[in-house]
Parts: sequence; C-alpha cells; structure tokens
Amino acid sequence: MSNFIPGQPLVAVVQRIEIKKLRQGDNLILGFSIGGGIDQDPGQNPFSDDKADKGIYVTRITPGGPAETADLRMGDKIMQVNGYDMTMMTHDQARKRLTKKNEDIVRLLVTRKSLEEAVKNSMGGYQRQ
Amino acid sequence: MDNESQYSGYSYKSSHSRTSRKHRDRRDRHRSKSRDGSSRGDKSVTIQTPGEPLLDAESTRGDERDDNWGETTTVVTGTSEHSISNEDLTRITKDLEESTPLECKRFVGPVLGGVLSFFALLTPLAFLILPQVLWREALEPCGTPCEGLYVSLAFKLLVLLISSWALFLRPPRATLPRFFVFRCLLMVLVFLFVASYWLFYGVRVLEPRERDYRGIVEYAASLVDALLFIQYLALVLLEVRHLQPAFCLKVVRSTDGASKFYNVGHLSIQRAAVWVLDRYYSDFSVFNPALLNLPRSILSKKMTGFKVYSLDESSTNNSSGQSRAMIAAAARRRDNSHNEFYYEEAEMDRRVRKRKARLVVAVEEAFTHIKRLHEDEVASSPKHPREVMDPREAAQAIFAPMARAMQKYLRTTRQQAFHSMESILTHLQFCITHNMTPKAFLERYLSPGPTVQYQQQNGRGRQWTLVSEEPVTSALRQGLIFSLRRLDFSLVVTVMPLPFLRLGEEFIDPKSHKFVMRLQSETSV
Repeated sequence: MSNFIPGQPLVAVVQRIEIKKLRQGDNLILGFSIGGGIDQDPGQNPFSDDKADKGIYVTRITPGGPAETADLRMGDKIMQVNGYDMTMMTHDQARKRLTKKNEDIVRLLVTRKSLEEAVKNSMGGYQRQ
Repeated sequence: MDNESQYSGYSYKSSHSRTSRKHRDRRDRHRSKSRDGSSRGDKSVTIQTPGEPLLDAESTRGDERDDNWGETTTVVTGTSEHSISNEDLTRITKDLEESTPLECKRFVGPVLGGVLSFFALLTPLAFLILPQVLWREALEPCGTPCEGLYVSLAFKLLVLLISSWALFLRPPRATLPRFFVFRCLLMVLVFLFVASYWLFYGVRVLEPRERDYRGIVEYAASLVDALLFIQYLALVLLEVRHLQPAFCLKVVRSTDGASKFYNVGHLSIQRAAVWVLDRYYSDFSVFNPALLNLPRSILSKKMTGFKVYSLDESSTNNSSGQSRAMIAAAARRRDNSHNEFYYEEAEMDRRVRKRKARLVVAVEEAFTHIKRLHEDEVASSPKHPREVMDPREAAQAIFAPMARAMQKYLRTTRQQAFHSMESILTHLQFCITHNMTPKAFLERYLSPGPTVQYQQQNGRGRQWTLVSEEPVTSALRQGLIFSLRRLDFSLVVTVMPLPFLRLGEEFIDPKSHKFVMRLQSETSV
C-alpha cells in the first residue's frame, strides 16, 4: 500500500476484479465481508500497513462464493466500486454501494501489498512513489 | 337597539335572594362600573334602573317585559354565565362561614367513646374494690401471687391509659355523613365485653359473695388483658390498615382542572373523602373564581349568529332539528376566536410581567429604607437622631412606596380579593421581624398559594358535600367515582388501582464489568 498523506493524491497499483452477484433467496450476495471506514477505528485493522488508513478492507472471503471465484483476497483494500471512490467512505456507505439491488455485477479496483511488490520487482530499480 | 344578545355578566345565584334589599341596591350601584375580567370588550353597557330587582339565576323573565325590552331589562339568553364580582365574593364567603352554627353533633361520637372507655378502665378497679368494701371480713387472705397480680394490673392499666391518650384522645377532624363503621364496631365490642364481664361478676361474685379473692383478682386481670387486645384491634383497624397504599386517587377540581394524584390504602369512601380534603387544603392552589372562563369578548362572537325560526305549526320534533341546524351553521362559519384568544393571552402575560417587574423593584427599594438596629449599636449622635421603631411601625413606614405597585399587581392577577391591606401590612411586619429578603416577602403574592394559607382561624369548619352513587361506607374499589362539592366548585375523585408489581431479580457480579475497545465492525456483503 502506498503511504497515505492526507490531502495529497494517492497513487496505488490496483487490480480490476469483476464479481457477479449471486442470488440467494431474496438477496444478492457477493461473498465477502468488509471492514473499515472513516467512522471506524483504524488501529484495529489487521490488514493495513499504515494504522491511520481508514479505507475499506476485505476481512473475510466466503469459501466458494462469487468473490473467491473472482480472485478477491483477504486483506485487499477496495479503492473503487463501479466507478465510485471508496477511500473516503463511512462503513455504512460502503456497504450500500456494494449491495445495490439493481446492480448485478460489481467492478472493483482493489490494491494489495503483493501487487506493489510485483510491480517493483518487474520494473527493476524504478521506484514508484 | 342591539340585536345581539346582551350579557349582563352579573347574573346571580339564587342563594343571594336571602340577602337584604340594601345589599342588592349597593350591588346595583357597583355594577355600573365595568370590571376587569367580565365585561371588557362588550359593546353594550347595561343600565339597570335601581327600582328593578335583579334577575334571579335561571329565570329569564324578559319575555314578560316586552314593553321595556332593550332599555332597562337585561335578557340572559343562550348560555348564561354565572359570575360574581369580587366584593360580593368576599361578602358571600363571610356570610357562609358565619352562618354554619357550631354543631353539637360534632362531639357526640368522641364523647360517647370517651365515656365508654372511661367506664371500661374503671371496671377492673371496681372489681377489685367492691369485695373489699362489701365483705372484707369474709375474704380469704391472698399472699404473694395477688401482689404480683396487683402490680401487673396496675402496669397494664397504665399502658392502656397512656396509649388511649396517645391514640384516641384527639380532637375530631371531621364529621362523617354515615357511621364510621370500624369505630362503631369497636365501641360495640368494648361495650359487650365490659357488659358481659359485669354480668358474670354480678352473678358469680356479688351474689354468692365469693370468698376466693385471688380468683377475683385474676378475673380483673383477664379483663384488662382483653381490653389491651381490643385496643390492639382498634390500632390495627383505625390506624394501620389504611397505611399500605392500594389505590391511586385522581382529584380534579371542576372549575379550573387543577389535578393531583394521591396514593391511599383501603378506606371507605367517606374516610377517603376526609383524607383527600386534608390534602386538598395544603396541595391545591386557592380557588380564584375571577380566573375562570374565557373573556366574554371572545366568546360572545360565537353567539352572535343567526337564530333559526321555525314556521311550522308542529313543535314536537323541531327543537332538536333547530339546534342541530344552528350548530351546523355555527361550525361552518369561519371562526377566528382562537386568534383573538391567543393575542389576548399574550397581551395578558405581558401586562402581568410588566406589573410584576414594577412590583419587585418597588419592594426591593422599599426594603432598603430600613435596617435592623442591633443592641450594641450605640444610640446615635445627637446630630442624626434616629427614631427607633417596632416592627409594626417599620412596616407601615415602608409600605407606602410599594402600595400602589402592589395593588396594581394584585388587580392584574385578580388576587385582590384574597389580600386586604391589613393582611399585607401584617405579612410585611412578619417578614421584617424575621429578616426576610424582599423576594421572600413577595413569594406570597407572586404565586397563588395553597388554600390553607388563606383560611381564617375560626374553628367553624367548612361544609363539604359528598356526592356518590355508592353508599359511602363501602370500601374503595377500582372505577369508583365520587365528588366533593362545595358551593361554587367541586372536586371529582376517581379511583384507580395501583398495578401489581412483579419484581424479578438479576444478579450482576461486580467483577463482570469489563470493557474493550470497539473492534472494527465487519459487514458481509
């Protein structure tokens, strides 16, 4: 994860993940759990590097669910959902964005530490900020 | 000639008919000045020729005086408002208080009880003394056991005496309309006991001249024991049983809706009524008849509607139809009286507050004029001779600057009937004597106090009427409604049971109070 400086633009390497919602009874589920948000306590987040990061993180993946199939991993930080920015959201707003009833597919942009490493390694000595 | 119905504002109740003609004429002259609360805003002024007697309450004798209609007679139509001007109010209350005579009926019960208990207390002594007096020589001597019995007898009698004095020797608080069931029961019980003991005594001891004195002493001791137990019963029935709360009484005053809730125990209706009245005098603010209804200027607008005349000959079913038509028409008309009411209330509030401010300032200033002279202050130098006053004179000295502000304030809040100048001076003297601040002096006038504050101590008692659909000696139960009526208002009492409480228990270990920081909440989507 990039270092987060409030007020400065955030640069991160992201992966595009497309999840098709699964219909279970009356609900459309995605198959993972989120944590975090600007109204939550960031110090409790086990997945973030920077303990001041109040972004939305994936805390749990239901085995066999649509998220697992789409290669979402635990600890991912969700940067965008269907074009909407998720870095400055309350927990409830994030939940609502993900569970809109009229959307069948959600396209997420997620970032994880391993992505940065991968980019760094592949780019050699080129340091990104 | 006005077509609107005129409100005289001064229709009197029929109880006034017994006042003398002189009073009535005086009242007539007073009436021509319009008073504050009643005829403000009236467009028409009623002039009454002094020769005409006033209309008695519900009579509308205007029909008989068609030739003078509109000139000299007041016609009371529709809802007649009963209102009394304030001077008449004080005069009436004085009349009523003085006319209830001191009744001897009040003392019959206690006197009877007193005689009976006196008789009962003397009986054991009589049992002991009579054999000694009558056949002393023939009695067997009785040693130590008798002395023990004497001592115990004496002490038990002493206890009986003291507890009777403590519990029952009190001036009666009220006369009840029916017999007080428990008290009668107890008196009958005491009477039966004592009578049966005397009977046995007469037959078994006096007749055959019993010689076993110890037996007689034991007999007397057993009577005293029985009396002690009856007194225990009396204590429980009369004093203790009604202490545990079982019902909640809602007491509402019929004229202005002032209400209070009280918890009482098991009582009969009449005893509950006395209980409520005891609380009424110290809890309810005093009844001020001048503060009753909406000002007539607002209400009168409603009644200046049209009258419905029926042209049919049949008069059987027309009255209901007519009134219904009138009510429907009145409801359909657009009615702004609430608007006027609101503005009038606001204006009244503003006026009261202004007068109150003036009063407070005047009183504060007046109190700064005097100060207390301490004993160790030397009599002042001859240059400034100070006149030393006693509280009465000091009160009179500082009353003058605040008198006007006080009178205006009392007029605005319609309290002037309750406070005469003499009473204000007395109160001022009282406050000065006890080093009270101006605010303490004013607390009596700024808010209407409980009724007991305005009572004169004349021991004649107050006449209340208990109105009830059930017999008044029956016990209270849920849903009972009775009312206590006085001449111009009544208190309606509703009985509600207190709910049964099911109390559960939950034990919390003091070591179980532990806290953690809140984890991030996790929502599954």
